Amino acid sequence: MGVSPGVAIASGFVLETEEYRIPRRTITPDEVPTELKRLDHALAESQDELEKLRTDAVDQLGAETASIFDFHLGVLRDRSLIEQIHRTIADKCYTAEYSVTTVLRGHARAFLQMSNSVLPERARDIYDLEKRLLRHLLGERRETIEHLTEDVCVLAHDLTPSQTALLARSRVRGFATDVGGRTSHTAIVARALSIPAVVGVSDISRDVASGDTVIIDGNRGVVIINPDDLTREEYNRHIREYQELEHELEELASLPAVTRDGVQITLMGNIEFPHEVASVMEKGGDGIGLYRTEFLYLGSETEPTEAEHLTAYTEAIQAAGGKPIVFRTLDLGADKWSQARRSEPERNPFLGLRSIRFCLQHLPLFRTQLRAILRASVKGDVRVMLPLITSTLELRQAKIIIGDVMEDLEEEHIPFNRDVKIGIMIETPSAALTAATLGKEVDFFSIGTNDLVQYTLAVDRTNERVAPLFTPAHPAVVKLIKDILKAGRRQGIGVSLCGEMAGDPEYTILLLGLGLRTFSMTPPRIPQIKRVIRAVSLEKAAKISRRVMTFDSDRQILNYLREETRRIAPKAL
Amino acid sequence: MAEATCEVTICNKLGLHARPAMAFVDVASKFSSAIQVVKGKETVDGKSIMQMLLLAATQGTQLTLRADGDDAAEALNALTALVRRKFDEE
Repeated sequence: MGVSPGVAIASGFVLETEEYRIPRRTITPDEVPTELKRLDHALAESQDELEKLRTDAVDQLGAETASIFDFHLGVLRDRSLIEQIHRTIADKCYTAEYSVTTVLRGHARAFLQMSNSVLPERARDIYDLEKRLLRHLLGERRETIEHLTEDVCVLAHDLTPSQTALLARSRVRGFATDVGGRTSHTAIVARALSIPAVVGVSDISRDVASGDTVIIDGNRGVVIINPDDLTREEYNRHIREYQELEHELEELASLPAVTRDGVQITLMGNIEFPHEVASVMEKGGDGIGLYRTEFLYLGSETEPTEAEHLTAYTEAIQAAGGKPIVFRTLDLGADKWSQARRSEPERNPFLGLRSIRFCLQHLPLFRTQLRAILRASVKGDVRVMLPLITSTLELRQAKIIIGDVMEDLEEEHIPFNRDVKIGIMIETPSAALTAATLGKEVDFFSIGTNDLVQYTLAVDRTNERVAPLFTPAHPAVVKLIKDILKAGRRQGIGVSLCGEMAGDPEYTILLLGLGLRTFSMTPPRIPQIKRVIRAVSLEKAAKISRRVMTFDSDRQILNYLREETRRIAPKAL
Repeated sequence: MAEATCEVTICNKLGLHARPAMAFVDVASKFSSAIQVVKGKETVDGKSIMQMLLLAATQGTQLTLRADGDDAAEALNALTALVRRKFDEE
């Protein structure tokens, strides 16, 4: 499934995780000394780690239990074994990872086959040790993604948000993963970075060896490994054509987003990093409708300080040049949680302690971020947005804390904008159904369709087996959006939509017809959406949306919208 | 340089499982001599925990210990004593 358009041709870079099979990969004879060094390094690191573990275990669990580490350490000291791994690297020219895996698994298998009752258990220890060694070998490689010297296409089973964050700063031209769906976090980031991406390609990370030439075709959702000359030439031509299309869209950037009947529509960008503000402005965006602040938390091992927040926010505000920026407070959700921070695994993380709920239980963390946003509020048009609000009580609690932080700043004589606009995300059915009430206590709404669809249709968008059921075209979702927009109008507050739906040209006419006037999307989509807006009148859009309300299935709705969009703005799809 | 050989019988109940094998390897590794352990047609490195375990020597198994080096005799004395003490397990 293609989740981010474009085509990339580059050499493959396989990002492995400890749970997955290590591909059989050979190296050239002159790489042997490097691989041997990597192995010895991993052995030494593992030994240090195990010795520390044993010391701690002796203190905490007693010498008896701690002796399990003796066996692991004993195996690491086994010269014959290490020589065997060395020989596998040197004689067969296999990578250190693959050599470790084959040799250790060979022994583990031998243990498993023994009839003796105690030895098969040792196989578990061997697997454990294998994992430890691989982690050190791969850990070392993982870091190098930041120091790439050539352009690559990354292939992985899955990418964690922090790995994806690294991609932003490196020479990654495209990526493909074994799992994932259209709205998985990695897909969102890929689109934000304008990197072609294909997800849900079973076993791609296993089938490709690092160094293979890889074509990632995000338009058709295809990955080609070691293409022949003909295919390569065809794709090169394709890339040139695509660049021409991009160029055409760039020209749209300077034109206003006005409907055929002269109504101005506001198009804003969703961003993760301050440096992306520039690309929103380049595409002709009217501001930042969603600044996701999570990456401040995910990018580093420690919690960001107030000063770190403020530095990032100030950079974004300066780049926006007076245009509005909506700062969404920490929205760490189940799918974005970094492993290191997760204290207790939850049975149902999407319904668990995430987002505003987490903030309200971790006040020092929440206050630090609020202080920084408020301090930044004097530097430009800053707005605060609270995610995952489900009730007025939660909203009031959060507002009390904001008021509290304001008081602190006042006492400390730190300037901030007392009238800073405070809004909420409408992304749960409960918020959507009570929008009329919530609207009385906030300055704006932003509809988060990704979560709204997930919670309304009860579909986990990252689960590939049910991902096809995830669609904003479901009549229930369309009805909720309509009602939210109506509630906003009645209350006289602004409503924007910042989910994936805003950047999908198939839905532009429907949303205009339902009354949406502010769209916020990943920056590369802005010109395409503008093209649809400029081709349609509000009158026509309203007619189409009324028709949509009469349909009873998402299929019917989507087909109809596609057909109409193709007729009105043929080049947009 | 000297070479020494002797026969031992594994007499502890659980045989040469992880902990006794570790103890054997630890003692063997204190000596500079090369240590080989023979069970039937199999010959393994007495300083390798993995190989010692793969011998799967159960109670009653006859092993031939072979040492080759300056401290061969001392090594075999220490190792046979360890086996006879049932690896200090029982």
